[in-house]
Amino acid sequence: MYDYTDFDEAFVRARVAQFTDQVNRRLDGSLTEDEFRPLRLMNGLYLQLHAYMLRVAIPYGTLNARQMRQLAHIADTWDKGYGHFTTRQNIQFNWPKLPDVPAILGALADVGMHAIQTSGNCVRNVTADHFAGAAADEIEDPRPYAELLRQWSTDHPEFQFLPRKFKIAISGAPADRAVTAAHDIGLRMTRNAAGEPGFQVFVGGGLGRTPMIAHQVRDFLPVADLLPYVEAVLSVYNTLGRRDNKYKARIKITLFETGKAELTRLIEERFAELRPQFGGADQALLADIRAAFAMPALKTAATAPFEQAYRADPVFRAWADRNLARHRDADHAIVTISLKAHGATPGDATSAQMRLIAELAETHGHDQIRISHEQNVILPHVHKSDLPGVHAALVKAGLGTANVGLLSDIIACPGMDYCSLATARSIPVAQELALHFQALQLEHDVGDLKIKISGCINACGHHHVGHIGILGLDRAGVENYQITLGGDGTETATIGEKTGPGFAYDEIVPAIERILRTYIALRTSADETFLQAYRRVGMGPFRAALYGSEGAQDAA
Amino acid sequence: MARNFTPKVVTANRLREGDVVYLTAADTWTPFHHEAELIEDEAHAQMRLLHAAAQKLQVVGAYLADAKAGPNGPEPTHFREQFRTRGPSNYSHGKQADHPNV
Repeated sequence: MYDYTDFDEAFVRARVAQFTDQVNRRLDGSLTEDEFRPLRLMNGLYLQLHAYMLRVAIPYGTLNARQMRQLAHIADTWDKGYGHFTTRQNIQFNWPKLPDVPAILGALADVGMHAIQTSGNCVRNVTADHFAGAAADEIEDPRPYAELLRQWSTDHPEFQFLPRKFKIAISGAPADRAVTAAHDIGLRMTRNAAGEPGFQVFVGGGLGRTPMIAHQVRDFLPVADLLPYVEAVLSVYNTLGRRDNKYKARIKITLFETGKAELTRLIEERFAELRPQFGGADQALLADIRAAFAMPALKTAATAPFEQAYRADPVFRAWADRNLARHRDADHAIVTISLKAHGATPGDATSAQMRLIAELAETHGHDQIRISHEQNVILPHVHKSDLPGVHAALVKAGLGTANVGLLSDIIACPGMDYCSLATARSIPVAQELALHFQALQLEHDVGDLKIKISGCINACGHHHVGHIGILGLDRAGVENYQITLGGDGTETATIGEKTGPGFAYDEIVPAIERILRTYIALRTSADETFLQAYRRVGMGPFRAALYGSEGAQDAA
Repeated sequence: MARNFTPKVVTANRLREGDVVYLTAADTWTPFHHEAELIEDEAHAQMRLLHAAAQKLQVVGAYLADAKAGPNGPEPTHFREQFRTRGPSNYSHGKQADHPNV
């Protein structure tokens, strides 16, 4: 785990002091809201539908137990006893009061956390594979690079006023668990012919109103060239990116309008200028950072308790089958703690649950916790013999749901229950879908399925890359839900295709049921997943199920 | 012009707490939609909005929201404004918890 240096600490403390003064000046009238708004946004503070919302960065989704406990403390002291983990691996507090925010930021600084660059047209929190440092298929832990990027981008004077926000995601394995193709820059670790690690670099991905899959601009970037290359991309974007139209300001539009070949040429040209200016200080820093991410000394013990529990306890077995992933050490497992209990709000954890997770991480997980973009919590290094005990403790806290990767493991943005940008609600749709299919006992029969729900066109819920995507819109003053099928957020990234006209709030769950019953009827076997079946048969049968044969023609 | 004007209320969020509030005819801010002043004239609406926006130490983001007359006072017409009168649908938080009788 990377610990703040004196420099980081002083920087964050200075920012807290600065913002404390800004809040005081807003409250005494010295600052108008127009003056204050950009200042509060720079510190992650939004005004939402019913209250303020504070977005706290969890860099590359990595936390330790002390930090998780502090989040619980903040939730209890200044909020309503819970927090919401987001698709950006951040946590959002939905009910802070403006005069309390400086104290909250102070409490975050006490544990090396902050809300800097969680908003605004700057480089946002760098996200990473939530199995980083543990996954069996990993080439290298991507987090040291993410931390290097975080330090480089924090308060970078050239990139504080970009045309629009800028998101970087990084994956350390061939399996892309960080949705890199939907980011402004996506970095995927790879090896060259000589076996050296480096990055495939993708640029210009993004969801939102104009969803685009990123284009590869480099098939191999040596790791030592990371900062100059990323700086070259940002530098070109900062110059070319449109500032006349907010909706055309992301780099995906720059790429679309400039053309991939020309943009790549400009990036390489700028890179050639920048590369010699990096004299190796970044590599020295990277070496120090790497040491902080070393694999902990793993426990050696018999795994018999795991095998016994697996044989004897069907509840444990069901959980182990769904919620464990392969660790690079065969005697360990990566535990995904589901924050998707049926009927609960996706991504929400109570302060008591946060404290339990912190305790389990300390007792059984080398003090390591990860937040996934799928809004779950990960314990990356748990010895198999400890799993039955971990599972029992999770079940008691309402965290034992065995549904990772299933229908009810839904991504949902806060939607119109909280967000002032939303055009419809997301959370109750997720809740009803989970409860409905649980009651039908269809979830396990359906198998692997990613449903992702956004409450507006900005697509925080990643609906475009859901196998089934749901987009909530306002159609003539009524909530209306548009469905997309066939989206994929992995290394085979695809934007889902619209089925046709949307569905009313009370029609959306039955519509999803018609899609899934159609899938079950047409799949070649239970082994053919929804996504595979969709890719084989296309939209036709699903459209017919949704709209009838006549409607299918209209929709087409 | 006035003939086609949809009635409005002035709404905003409290500066300190962030709570949703509405402007009353008595120039106070109320958490209850039905206590808001229902404004049926466009010129008057603009005057009331200016008045609200000037209260920089009380509220943030004042705007005019569509409303209609109801038996107990003004009622919201759009679902977004209905949600703002009570709070989120996933927890009993916000107004529905703070003012359970309304």
